[in-house]
Amino acid sequence: MAQSLLKAEHIKISFGNVHALTDVSLEIQPGEIHCLAGENGCGKSTLIKIISGVYQRDGGTIEFDGKQLDKITPIDSINLGIQVIYQDFSLFPNLTVAENLALNTEVASKKQLVSWKNVRKIAEEAVSRIHFDVDLDRKVESLTVAQKQMVAISRALMFNARLIIMDEPTTALTKKEVDALFQIILQLKQQGIAILFISHKLNEVFEISERFTIFRNGELVATGNTKELDDKKFTFYMTGREFADSKFTPKKLSDAPVMELKDLTLNGSFEQVSFSLRGGEILGITGLLDSGRTELALSMFGIRPADSGQIIRGGKPVRIGNPRDAIENRIGLVPEDRLSEGLFLQRSIGDNIIISEIDRLTKGKGIYDLEKRDREIERWVKELEIKTGNPDNPVTTLSGGNQQRIVLAKWLACNLDVLILNGPTVGVDIGSKHDIHTILQKLANEGLGVIIISDDLPEVIGNCSRVLVIKSGRIVAEYSSEEVDEKKIIDAMM
Amino acid sequence: MDKKVKRLLHSNEPYIFLIILVFGIAVQIKSGQFFTGNNIVDLLSALIVPGLFAIGEFLALIAGGIDVSFPALASLAAYATTKLLLDMDYEGNVVAAFAIAILIGAVFGAVNGFFIGYLNLNAMIVTLGTSSIFQGIMQGTLRAQQLSAIPPGMKNFGTTAFIVAQNRQSGITSVLPYTFLILGAVFLIIAFMLRYTIFGRGIYALGGNPISAHAAGFHVKRTKFLMYIIIGVIASMSGICRVCMMQQMHPTNMLGMEMNIIAGVVLGGVALTGGAGTMIGCMLGTFLIVMVQNSMILLGIPTTWSNVFVGLVIVAGVAISAYQSNRSAKQAGRHAKEAA
Repeated sequence: MAQSLLKAEHIKISFGNVHALTDVSLEIQPGEIHCLAGENGCGKSTLIKIISGVYQRDGGTIEFDGKQLDKITPIDSINLGIQVIYQDFSLFPNLTVAENLALNTEVASKKQLVSWKNVRKIAEEAVSRIHFDVDLDRKVESLTVAQKQMVAISRALMFNARLIIMDEPTTALTKKEVDALFQIILQLKQQGIAILFISHKLNEVFEISERFTIFRNGELVATGNTKELDDKKFTFYMTGREFADSKFTPKKLSDAPVMELKDLTLNGSFEQVSFSLRGGEILGITGLLDSGRTELALSMFGIRPADSGQIIRGGKPVRIGNPRDAIENRIGLVPEDRLSEGLFLQRSIGDNIIISEIDRLTKGKGIYDLEKRDREIERWVKELEIKTGNPDNPVTTLSGGNQQRIVLAKWLACNLDVLILNGPTVGVDIGSKHDIHTILQKLANEGLGVIIISDDLPEVIGNCSRVLVIKSGRIVAEYSSEEVDEKKIIDAMM
Repeated sequence: MDKKVKRLLHSNEPYIFLIILVFGIAVQIKSGQFFTGNNIVDLLSALIVPGLFAIGEFLALIAGGIDVSFPALASLAAYATTKLLLDMDYEGNVVAAFAIAILIGAVFGAVNGFFIGYLNLNAMIVTLGTSSIFQGIMQGTLRAQQLSAIPPGMKNFGTTAFIVAQNRQSGITSVLPYTFLILGAVFLIIAFMLRYTIFGRGIYALGGNPISAHAAGFHVKRTKFLMYIIIGVIASMSGICRVCMMQQMHPTNMLGMEMNIIAGVVLGGVALTGGAGTMIGCMLGTFLIVMVQNSMILLGIPTTWSNVFVGLVIVAGVAISAYQSNRSAKQAGRHAKEAA
């Protein structure tokens, strides 16, 4: 085999007492597409920061192009031809595309004056490398996420890049945009540039990469040819656990539906969505990023009230024009982004738990009953096994999984009939994920109607007794838990 | 539609220009006095001091900061300069006044710049604080009182006419003093700096994304520091212009101007969040406010209502630009959907 482009071996690093990386290795061949996968917190990002010179390693060796590298600074890394495209792209939204492309070069040239002719020339050269067709005078803030990414890629190419590292590049892209990105990646490969593609999405790993490396808890668990990898192995490497293909079957369904939707429409987002939900079942709704799945959740909870159609609770149509209406109708929502929408981050764990039922924790006449409050908090911390020494600590002290339990506790305290969860386990580690699923199943068995909105297919398949697929704002398919599998869902949602 | 025209319609400037025009025509119909030589000259002359302040504020806002200390800084610099020259019985021309004021302005600007740039403190809080300090120095340490006579050099500079216009009907003459050239020169220099120097592009860059600006190789701290010095210099020049034009130095009558200046700049399409806006917009917005303030008499509205009127224009103007950006954001969203 030819000489490796990058060879990092037995890398160690710790921050304080935390060993972020205990022993990881990564080898990339020139011009190959390599996928680095792993759960959140497995050390993927840390390794990249070491390679790009942001962090200094505590141990291990790094070779680039056969040369041993002792200490890497960010400048060294750029000079070697390593370019990282982070998820935020590091662009200037207020400047034009041309300027975004040329600014780094202009500043580096140490000139004091800007030559706009030169800026244009640099920019035109940059976009032509990947045949990216864009109006160079447009401001970057007016571009789509995919276009911004192209700008970032074009910019990366200007530094004679030999290795481009893309940190979860597909997160905010539609399926079509992902395909376009993959085309670009293949073009880059033909130009002899190696790509390190970071992702935890199974299908992408299979589609684009030639070789893979998987980390878990700061250690290397597997590396090899993608051809030799399959779903089962991938999941096992990622999580270290074997998951039985268990599916949730409701124990006791209510006779009458607890909630029905009739032709619910929100212009521009979703149209004529109808379904019914019975107490005791877990209904899954899945679709692509811009399919309208999030808007549907928001409409059911009154954040973006529907334009037409009906929401029926207990046989009667109800008006849900704002979240207060929803809570009065005993509907709760665990939002997509728990940090910005679901929690009061600076407040204590206890305050977050009781916030939705605070109206009821009084001695009458609007006087707050602190004893009742403490009893409630104690009850939920115990019930949901929230790992905290002191409920007076701020929520920020908890891990993602425990934070999500707080959001759950907040709603359960309100005695809901319907609980809608949008992306319930995004950014939650695998153990907590499993625990949250167990809690949801238990709640359903106690009679709650649960709706899980998620694009995490194993999550939907493993927990839902019925799955709806939404595409371009319309429900296009419905599967029972017996007939559902990933392929069917993917076919329906694309 | 032509790309350039389209882009223009999405920006704020043409709309502000339109409002200015409509307002002008309204005043013209009501009084017949708007489009007269002397009224235009009066307006331009009233624009000089706010215009200079606005350029300074524009820089601060573009870089993602803000400055509320400039009226105090300008008062202090102008007062100290005038007092010094009076005490010296200085008979020479105005250059000395500007030189001294610029020096003082640069030092106080550097104080702002040090805290905001090198210590990375919040610009609003820092300048609120320094504003108090500058006022305190002026009133406490210097025991500032109104100076009803000013040095002859400054007096000449403030009264010598650059353009004279006479109203044929009423016979009133209006004078545009040479201080207008200062505004013109500062405008051109700053416009050139922002457009054609790496330093100027750095101001835009760090207003857009300070972290990327640092990563792109800009000296973020130094850029902020130097920029607040420039703002201090511009403010102090504005202070001297004001004293020259008013033929006296009143230590407190510039204080409180900051809100209308900021409003004018924002009205011209400069984003409070930093990074976006043009010099032309900044001037148009400021001109609109000056125009409204100065046209009350022509419209027959009691001057006591002036503040209400200025407030209305600000709210209406900001509403229009918010509507504008909302609409274009929605369109961008739609394009993205279609492309997908």
